Amino acid sequence: MSAAAREVILRRIRSAVEGAPEAGIERGYRGATGERGDVDLFAERVRDYKAIVHVVPRAEVAATLARITEGRVLTVPAGFPSDMYAASEGEPDGVISTCAVAVAETGTIVLDADPGQGTRAQTLIPDYHLCVVRDDQIVPNVPDAVARLDPARPLTWISGPSATSDIELNRVEGVHGPRTLEVVIVIG
Amino acid sequence: MSGVYIGMPAFPQNAAKAVQNSQLRFNLRKATHTIRGRRAAVVGELADWAELRQAGKTIKDHTLRHLDRYLIELEEKVTAAGGVVHWARDAAEANRIVARLVKDTGETEVVKVKSMATMEIGLNEALAEEGIEAFETDLAELIVQLGDDFPSHILVPAIHRNRAEIRELFLKKMAGAPKDLTDEPRALAEAARLYLRKRFLEAKVAISGANFMIAETGTLVVLESEGNGRMCLTLPKTLISVVGIEKLLPAWQDLEVFLQLLPRSSTGERMNPYTSMWTGATEGQEFHLVLLDNGRTSVLADKVGRQALRCIRCSACLNVCPVYERAGGHSYGSVYPGPIGAILTPQLRGMDTELDRSLPYASSLCGACYEVCPVAIDIPSVLVDLRAKARHPRTEKAGMAAAGWVFSRSKRLAKAQRFGGRMRRLVPKRLPGPLSGWTDTRDMPEIPAESFRDWWVREGNR
Repeated sequence: MSAAAREVILRRIRSAVEGAPEAGIERGYRGATGERGDVDLFAERVRDYKAIVHVVPRAEVAATLARITEGRVLTVPAGFPSDMYAASEGEPDGVISTCAVAVAETGTIVLDADPGQGTRAQTLIPDYHLCVVRDDQIVPNVPDAVARLDPARPLTWISGPSATSDIELNRVEGVHGPRTLEVVIVIG
Repeated sequence: MSGVYIGMPAFPQNAAKAVQNSQLRFNLRKATHTIRGRRAAVVGELADWAELRQAGKTIKDHTLRHLDRYLIELEEKVTAAGGVVHWARDAAEANRIVARLVKDTGETEVVKVKSMATMEIGLNEALAEEGIEAFETDLAELIVQLGDDFPSHILVPAIHRNRAEIRELFLKKMAGAPKDLTDEPRALAEAARLYLRKRFLEAKVAISGANFMIAETGTLVVLESEGNGRMCLTLPKTLISVVGIEKLLPAWQDLEVFLQLLPRSSTGERMNPYTSMWTGATEGQEFHLVLLDNGRTSVLADKVGRQALRCIRCSACLNVCPVYERAGGHSYGSVYPGPIGAILTPQLRGMDTELDRSLPYASSLCGACYEVCPVAIDIPSVLVDLRAKARHPRTEKAGMAAAGWVFSRSKRLAKAQRFGGRMRRLVPKRLPGPLSGWTDTRDMPEIPAESFRDWWVREGNR
């Protein structure tokens, strides 16, 4: 049945477009720059989504992570740099992860399931997500991010905490995903 | 398309009723104006918006021109990545495929991510007939589903409901809703979070749509805000995605255009909170892709109307439309309301019903929809073309033929004008019988005592 449907649909398409003019693609927009993204712009754009943002030098990362996670037990995915944060005992109430790419212009973080980022479910189910972004992972714009990513991996683009505007268009942070997103940007 | 709207009166009757509902008009005005402002601000931030729009338009046109080739490429890539591809000619076939896939898992419950395509084919109703219960997980879709209601907006399907109504609905229909639930949006969202959490964790099968499919890589893309999409796409063992064949993009790189166009046009954000991309069977899941035609190939065959297939369902055209703002989404009698619905619905369903024939007229042709469309669909031109194709009432045809006869010779026109001028006091404000269709919604123009041409001749001769 399905094979017949496939042939019918393809035949319908071919007869529908028969004789239609060739249509070339015009790409006059700004493409990928290959440059580094602006850290301050990224921090500002992430804050716009009501996420908590810290910008810290490399030497102070471990101390900062220890301070902001005090009283929390976080899931630490395999491959997360152990010199930055070590797992503690207890029932986790949040998750810590690294990321693959970050976009300055849109304040977006992209996870690609590489070591240190966990599975997609690990960064989704807890109510708190702490993400560590290295400054060399920040790119200026969306085309740069698309160029850097590998579509064969499962990708999750995150721009602020979970939100809905379904009730009278009032934005409410946090429905099903983590209601708090905290981002630590590592300089140097 | 699905039969849920069958028997609905034509747009003018629906709209006439809707505009009497002051609560609806208040809700809609507030909502559409809010999103409109947000969209304008974030679109204004991008200096190359016009170029992005042109790229979006040409990428879609190119894809549609070679849709057969790109669908085959997509099928190859999805299959190679462990997914299974199914083809559905129409709604009934798609529903049968999905029901069979769900039954094969032995499950009787599925969770759903908001999807226009599954709404279009009436999947939930079809599954219910097979003893499978589908749970909508998008907050607005949940509100619509609990209220046994119809969606009224592409992006915010419950835009017609205010917080007090939603609170009432949750208390009445949502199992386990807290007795002291307030009408604060935060409290209502929290109630939905708790209600759905268990469902997500226990669900074995999820059904989604997709915003984009990439032929080159076999990747599917879903944009969302709440995280219900991520829950459905990642947690259940089996994922079934039902996607219209026009959602295709040729190359991975093309996403760089659409990931800028869609969020800014749709929710008016630089980026929506969550976007998921996956290729084939991911992280141990089983993945099925159902490619849906359901009228799309006949839209593709229409030289003027085919541009409607560029649509990425952003809903920017709804938010700027003066007709939508006043008449509301339900008046259109389709899951696709507003200007895009007025050109898409009659093309997908055909113009056999009075409702579908009336849709191309649900517009003042002001052109605001064309202006904001991120893929430059010339909605007014398609509307005019569809008006010409729709069957017209006999009185209108006779009137137009008579007018054509009069206007085609200047002597006939002059005679008619002089006759009209003499009879001007006798012309009623409202025309009788079938002609009242004209005067019910328009003032009868004052007929001057003398035509311009006669005046010109008289003055010139002086």
